[in-house]
Amino acid sequence: MGELRLMKGNEVIAEAAIRCGCDGYFGYPITPQSEVMETLMNRRPWDETGMVVLQAESEVASINMVYGAAGSGKKVMTSSSSPGISLMAEGISYLAGAELPCLIVNVQRGGPGLGTIQPSQADYFQATKGGGHGDYRLIVLAPASVQEMNDFVDLSFELAFKYRNPVMILSDGAIGQMMEKVELADYKPRWTDEEVKEISDSWAAIGKSPDREQNIITSLELESDRMERNNIRFQAKYQKIQENEVRFEAIDCDDADYVIVAFGSAARVCQKTIQLARAKGHKVGLLRPITLFPFPTEEIKKMAGHVKGFLSVEMNAGQMVEDVRLAVNGKVPVEYYGRMGGIIPSPDEVEKALEQKLIGG
Amino acid sequence: MTEEIIIAGFGGQGVLSMGKILAYSGVMQDQEVTWFPSYGPEMRGGTANVSVIISDERISSPILHEFDTAIILNQQSLDKFEKQVKPGGVLLYDPNGIVHPPTRKDINIYKVEGARLAAEMGNPKTFNMIVMGAYLKVKPIFPMEKVEKGLEKSLPERHHKLIPLNLEAIGVGQKNMETVHTV
Amino acid sequence: MAEVAENIQNIIKPENLVYQKSPVLTDKVMHYCPGCSHGVVHKIIAEVIDEMGIQEDTIGVSPVGCSVFAYNYIDIDWHEAAHGRAPAVATGVKRVFPNKFVFSYQGDGDLAAIGTAETMHAVNRGENIVMVFINNAIYGMTGGQMAPTTMVGQVTATTPHGRNVDLNGYPLKITELIAQLPGAAYVTRQSVQTPAAVRKTKKAIRKAFEVQANKKGTAFVEVVATCNSGWKISPVESNEWMEEHMFPFYPLGDLKDGEKEDPEALKMNV
Repeated sequence: MGELRLMKGNEVIAEAAIRCGCDGYFGYPITPQSEVMETLMNRRPWDETGMVVLQAESEVASINMVYGAAGSGKKVMTSSSSPGISLMAEGISYLAGAELPCLIVNVQRGGPGLGTIQPSQADYFQATKGGGHGDYRLIVLAPASVQEMNDFVDLSFELAFKYRNPVMILSDGAIGQMMEKVELADYKPRWTDEEVKEISDSWAAIGKSPDREQNIITSLELESDRMERNNIRFQAKYQKIQENEVRFEAIDCDDADYVIVAFGSAARVCQKTIQLARAKGHKVGLLRPITLFPFPTEEIKKMAGHVKGFLSVEMNAGQMVEDVRLAVNGKVPVEYYGRMGGIIPSPDEVEKALEQKLIGG
Repeated sequence: MTEEIIIAGFGGQGVLSMGKILAYSGVMQDQEVTWFPSYGPEMRGGTANVSVIISDERISSPILHEFDTAIILNQQSLDKFEKQVKPGGVLLYDPNGIVHPPTRKDINIYKVEGARLAAEMGNPKTFNMIVMGAYLKVKPIFPMEKVEKGLEKSLPERHHKLIPLNLEAIGVGQKNMETVHTV
Repeated sequence: MAEVAENIQNIIKPENLVYQKSPVLTDKVMHYCPGCSHGVVHKIIAEVIDEMGIQEDTIGVSPVGCSVFAYNYIDIDWHEAAHGRAPAVATGVKRVFPNKFVFSYQGDGDLAAIGTAETMHAVNRGENIVMVFINNAIYGMTGGQMAPTTMVGQVTATTPHGRNVDLNGYPLKITELIAQLPGAAYVTRQSVQTPAAVRKTKKAIRKAFEVQANKKGTAFVEVVATCNSGWKISPVESNEWMEEHMFPFYPLGDLKDGEKEDPEALKMNV
């Protein structure tokens, strides 16, 4: 058993990064996630593991520092909150286009615009459908606890390097600011420069040795034929991710007549909702997507064969519900319930919505 | 056992750290805990509150709209959270600065003169531990050795010399808890 | 004729070699317009890398602009950065590879308009990188629009009646600003329109890489350059135009030669 601590989600992102052998963090302060960089700066990992931590002049700069360091074959990351992620959108598109492994943490707050600093899930579309320009996908992990904030950092790097693709942890202010008991992982050493060469010499800009061609980190290809081939390659990769990396948690779904689909903080609320509903005699289950891309489409499709309806519960105006509907494909009703602007729905208001929208109707 | 607590008062009263010490004490006896604060500009000189859940089971929603216990340290918080105590639940408050005391008859109400007692101890910073002591008198959910461990874990090492003072304050709170009304 | 061919064969011998293409330049045909300054500066950088023996340890960062394809010509590993972001990308590389040689190569739009923040802050941090700045007072790649460094009165596609200060603001002397920053170690402005100027620029770029080797702070080399296609005059006329109009406003020479400021001297007394 690893070390047990009571920590904030934001703090644990920093701790997990140091422990999993991350080489660099580049960021810019924004509420509600500034504790990530603050914790790193306090911990001084450059003395301990050699990890670099740098406060950039903007989110634009920080994501491009990530681009440079990720193109060097190193394990690097940034974190921000919604408005900052919008500023990074250009860089994220370039990272996806140049197929660079890295971790981007979005501790979401309510929008649009400057919005609120309270928790929200309104960046679901931005995270899962692209966000920047061009046809690309991020692998998107949605933690629902501080423990998962910890566990997904290492998992993100593993997936990022497996597929040479940026990975996003899509969290929110509630999980970022909340403290829970967390079991920390043991330290993994950072890769040495020799290991980086061994792992990534086929593509990373780590210095051209005489026995190989140049490595060029770029998303540019002016020949349309070749650019289309690049796109086909990306799509094939996303397909492979879709086939191999779907993760979800199903709670009380086996005998369920109705299934709530919810991720992150909303899923925590809905865990209580299904208890309330079951106490009233309604057979309700919870499907919690852990990966938002790839989305658990197949699982929902299977469930649609034997349940009477789905309720997508989100802290936004109804974004994931579109993916649930695509999966269900009209077989049974799919409804949405949610709150916006930084409000977290209560378990009993969700239970009422479930009765009104599905069970009663 | 599941205990759902809201602690609410002014920023600077030690609301968040009281919550953290309670939560860490729960961790020390192998329980599941969540600590969910209000955050952002409202904290700067304004009100601060934190909900703490301590449970023997996996905790579902960390965000609550009703509580087993409300620990209330100013009038605004009393106005906001008195109605959110579950029937039969506990409301503990410091009467300092309270002009409209709690009125509900279906809950158990206790008070502790935390601010006055802290001043008498010669250290206003012991205020939150006095209040926590009163809470632990009402609901002895942890043995004192777990609380001591919780303190050790919550406080940075450079403040560990203050642990005896904190324990003393907890004792003062336990002794000076007053029952106002029980169901 | 056979005699001539034989004579030539007699001349092509290693001991008679007085000049050759740098081995750090690739064999790709450059896409730059005839008369463009980029090719010369590329050649200089390749020669410096070769002469310092640092080909395996040098990482370049190319910009968006005409030199976006710089990576096709200099035979090292490269990053192609988003528009204006090369100093941030170079920072990322240098921070995780502190012992490699890292340089950015940027035009005036990239470095002094869209990327001004990244430029100023990279230098202000005293990043141990080399920044090569090609200032030709115009946007070449997109077809000759106004650059931040376009001269007052200069005609471009977006200043068809000449750059008007009331409308477009002043030409930006960013190198002068850079020279004020405590993180800058070496700041110079050069040109490449004559053999003598080329030699001076090569000396400057060599020095910039040496500054980086010694971790003295940021080394910044501006090259005042021509864009005859964008300016719509001949290469020869372009050189004359540059000397007549740009050099008085962008005077050549070193603006700073030393090292970044000693942080100890700036520390608060606490």
